Amino acid sequence: MIKSSENIVISVNELTKKFGDFTAVNRISFEVKESEIFGFLGANGAGKTTAIKMLIGILKPTSGKANIAGFDIYTETENVKKNIGYMSQKFSLYEDLTISENINFFGGIYGLSDDEIKNKSEELLTKLKFNEIKNNLVSSLPLGWKQKLAFSLAIFHSPKIVFLDEPTSGVDPITRRQFWDLIYEATNNGITVFVTTHYMDEAEYCNRISIMVDGEIEALDSPINLKDKFKLNSIDDIFYLLARKSKRKE
Amino acid sequence: MRQLKFFLKKEFQQILRNKLLVRLIVAVPIVQLIILPFAANYEIQNIKLCVIDNDKSEYSRKLINKFTSTNYFILTGYFSSQKEALHYLEKDKADLIIEIPKSFENDLIRESETKVFINANAINGQTAGLAVSYSNAIIRDFNNDVRIEWIQPMRINSIPTIEISSTNWFNPKMNYKYFIVPGLMVLLVTLVGFLLTTINIVKEKEDGTIEQLNVSPLKKHQFILGKLIPFWIIGLVVLTIAQIVSFILYGIVPAGSYLTIYLFAAIYLVALLGFGLFVSTLAETQQQAMFIAYFFMMIFILLGGLFAPIENMPDWAQFLTRLNPVSYFIEAIRMIILKGSGINELSKHFGIIILFALIFNTLAIYSYHKTK
Repeated sequence: MIKSSENIVISVNELTKKFGDFTAVNRISFEVKESEIFGFLGANGAGKTTAIKMLIGILKPTSGKANIAGFDIYTETENVKKNIGYMSQKFSLYEDLTISENINFFGGIYGLSDDEIKNKSEELLTKLKFNEIKNNLVSSLPLGWKQKLAFSLAIFHSPKIVFLDEPTSGVDPITRRQFWDLIYEATNNGITVFVTTHYMDEAEYCNRISIMVDGEIEALDSPINLKDKFKLNSIDDIFYLLARKSKRKE
Repeated sequence: MRQLKFFLKKEFQQILRNKLLVRLIVAVPIVQLIILPFAANYEIQNIKLCVIDNDKSEYSRKLINKFTSTNYFILTGYFSSQKEALHYLEKDKADLIIEIPKSFENDLIRESETKVFINANAINGQTAGLAVSYSNAIIRDFNNDVRIEWIQPMRINSIPTIEISSTNWFNPKMNYKYFIVPGLMVLLVTLVGFLLTTINIVKEKEDGTIEQLNVSPLKKHQFILGKLIPFWIIGLVVLTIAQIVSFILYGIVPAGSYLTIYLFAAIYLVALLGFGLFVSTLAETQQQAMFIAYFFMMIFILLGGLFAPIENMPDWAQFLTRLNPVSYFIEAIRMIILKGSGINELSKHFGIIILFALIFNTLAIYSYHKTK
């Protein structure tokens, strides 16, 4: 028991966020283990982004507890931030900087040394095959390439956990596949992945998934167990069954 | 420190990459300093003058000559009836009508007293006011000439008169450009320091990049300093360009020291940038930021004493100018450049601008949050 609790890197207990009368996230609880790929599913407006923003420390919860990489999200926000990476729904690298400049900047503000930045950026450029175009402006890249770069920069400082908020929306199937290769590689290096997505095939790649409806977690288990439990053939069907119960208007 | 270094590097890379912005930073001060001092000239020249000369005498001609020999008036009409002259006024061919009565010369000689009527087109109240006061001065002068001509031969010192002789200090030739150029320097520094900072920060919000910074370990003070330092430097660069241009074009060399100007500007920019940062926390989009910034810029300029002297404003407006940091810089820079004031004479201005810097920056730091 003690050993397994050591491996828990995200622990959330009754976490709640209210905006006035509206409860965006309603007492959600779950745990995520080290090196796990945890899929965080839900229809638009189910409260996924609000939940993520609380976990990464840019939104104050109304009540409940959460511990990220061993740090409390209320009192140790800055320590949380050192140990996580984040890639938002919106592409958020600097479009008016080159690939190299973006790498240097993000390496720098996460406190990496000059040598680390130099070595890791060479490694990264080679891996993404960006060596030839490293001095191109990011704005000139196709969306899929930008997303791969954004993900690589989110884990550039070797965080314990990376939070991905719909990282592949609008990306073509081949690039999505490549993107998931990057995710697997990260988990092999011991990084825990917390990912939201709308693509149900991607949900199948996760070790465990949770499905959120109207701010609450309606289902949480591995994809296989969930299919058994609901006696349905695909995550898509389960998602449809649960999300249909939503009373929130989009 | 290391993180701040990376942040500053990124800011400069972005600013310098924005070629249009760089060109504007250089071109705006030059263009404004070339055009505005000429356009915003309050010395009124070429006032269109109409004369109704009912007397047609030697003295009436002398009086008209007196007017036209100055650079201020151009004779556009010479009539013998009021009707025609008023028609000119209606058609905007005359700014000022002088009516000389029929017995002008006679009355002047026999009774030592006569009257002249002046009608001014007061659509532009300022022009009209100045035209009338110029006329008064010319007529007074004419009056003196006549007195000397008549009284002196009799050697009777009948009426004691007080002759006013005035000297204009600090701007002896009353050159309007010496008044407007230092003010424009302030305007330019304000434009760059306030508008550019505000929009720059809101752009990060709009692009979503600020969220990426908020989840990073970059500290709040590093972000704030990283945003303020580049525009602080750019503000001082613009000031330098403005100094060079005003020296080359207008030969303006401060009577005081450059050190005082730069010291004041440096503190002023800290205040202004803090205010820009504060405004940027209020706006979510660049459009909103532009609108808010423009609103404040208008107030800063109109209540800053750049064009309209603060002394002419009603009390409530004068009170508002005291809340306007721009008014202090304009006053201070004029005192330094024209009067040669030093830090001692400007201690009040320095004190107030430091207070502004503290208030605005506290406000900005308080309202900028990494966590919502």
